Amino acid sequence: MLASAWRPTASFENLRLRSNLLQAIRQFFQARGVVEVETPVCSAAAVSDPALDSLSTIFTGPGAASGKRLYLHTSPEFAMKRLLAAGSGPIYQICKVFRDGEGGRYHNPEFTLLEWYRPGYDHHQLMDELTELVRYLFAKPIDVRRLSYGALFLERLGIDPHGASGTALRSHAIAAGVAGAEQLELEDADGWLDLLMTHCIEPNMGPGMVLVYDYPASQASLARIRPGPRPLAERFELYLDGVELANGFHELTDAAEQRRRFGFDLERRRRQNRPELPLDEHLLAALEAGLPDCSGVALGIDRLLMCMAGADHIEQVLAFPIDRA
Amino acid sequence: MASYSTNEFKGGLKVMLDGDPCSIIENEFVKPGKGQAFNRVKIRNLKTGRVIERTFRSGESLEAADVVEVSLQYLYNDGEYWHFMDQDSFEQFSADITAVGESQKWLKDQDICTVTLWNGSPLNVEAPNFVVLTITETDPGLKGDTSGGGGKPATLETGAVVRVPLFVQQGETIKVDTRTGAYVSRVKEG
Repeated sequence: MLASAWRPTASFENLRLRSNLLQAIRQFFQARGVVEVETPVCSAAAVSDPALDSLSTIFTGPGAASGKRLYLHTSPEFAMKRLLAAGSGPIYQICKVFRDGEGGRYHNPEFTLLEWYRPGYDHHQLMDELTELVRYLFAKPIDVRRLSYGALFLERLGIDPHGASGTALRSHAIAAGVAGAEQLELEDADGWLDLLMTHCIEPNMGPGMVLVYDYPASQASLARIRPGPRPLAERFELYLDGVELANGFHELTDAAEQRRRFGFDLERRRRQNRPELPLDEHLLAALEAGLPDCSGVALGIDRLLMCMAGADHIEQVLAFPIDRA
Repeated sequence: MASYSTNEFKGGLKVMLDGDPCSIIENEFVKPGKGQAFNRVKIRNLKTGRVIERTFRSGESLEAADVVEVSLQYLYNDGEYWHFMDQDSFEQFSADITAVGESQKWLKDQDICTVTLWNGSPLNVEAPNFVVLTITETDPGLKGDTSGGGGKPATLETGAVVRVPLFVQQGETIKVDTRTGAYVSRVKEG
């Protein structure tokens, strides 16, 4: 082990930047009457999203004499929706979240998320507020572009991403020069879209904010799907200087649809031979009781700090990344 | 042979890619928040020396390459192959021009070289960082010039040509840095 491994990897300047940033976020929401909440990190249920893996721990104690498995949240979404369904009104949370399997320049398995919900907002109204927040935090004007997922792919790659087959997208990836695309085995068209997004679009996104909205229905996650000849997910992402910073939804409020999507997730996990997971029945019960029409967004604080500090590795903004934890 | 998953990829790891032994230089994890995870890897083909990029699905594996670095003593060149010996086991290895490459101009018998072996055969030969060689040919310099400024070409016993200070004469022995090809100093005989 390095003799200096006990020391923080972030400079004190960046740690101060983090402290100031957290205060500024709280001021922003305080002034707007959005209430800060805390929800449990450890939950009996796990997120089913096939793109996410939960860390877990065992609680032994009253009511759990022989040990009970608890999952560390990958985002506070489910619990915050239970608060919304119970009538909380607009809420935000700043918390540590945990994602197994993720580590790298822009990933630490434990990281800080800001998540907030606005009853009565659709995804465009929440994109407006997200833009105001980022500008407020940087205290300077930042260019913003807002374009749909379809328009982005058309503009950057000349591809209509909706309805393109995996085979067609693979040819695009090969033509675009993604090294190794010939040998890659991806499960479906969405895998290829992810490849094109991360390898061909993100690196050339340019400076400033880019808000991408209306995702393929197959990538809806927990967003509502707007029906039509071509159904689209009312989901959005924020890129800042080409870095994926936030993901938001005009939230799905239909309990039956939510249960159906959980079912698809579990089926997919089974196909991939991944372990069985307990579904969040509390969330489903809350949706049945009635989640108000709302939009919510989660923003990665560590990456935001990277953008502010001009850092090129997440460890430059973390006191102690996973290998020093 | 063992295999390594993308989670084990790191600089220096030797793996097989498209039938060639390779060394991983850099491994970057790339993942959209709600999507497929990839590893974008920079990798050096140890046969050609070329560096390429390659994207893998996170969780994919590559077979390990049986590549080791050993210190071998250079024996002689038979016109086609350069012969080396392991000083402990006395096992001998022959390397062709592809493996020896640029190092050939520094090789002097009995020098200890770092040889990369793939499945027991030399893949690459690195000359020692510093070699001591005799000058076989150089123009006589100006008498009394000890400044070392200017310099002149000198041909060494192995055929390599380096720039030496004007005061260095034919028949003298000098120390050379093989990484830069630069003259370091004169070496007193005996």
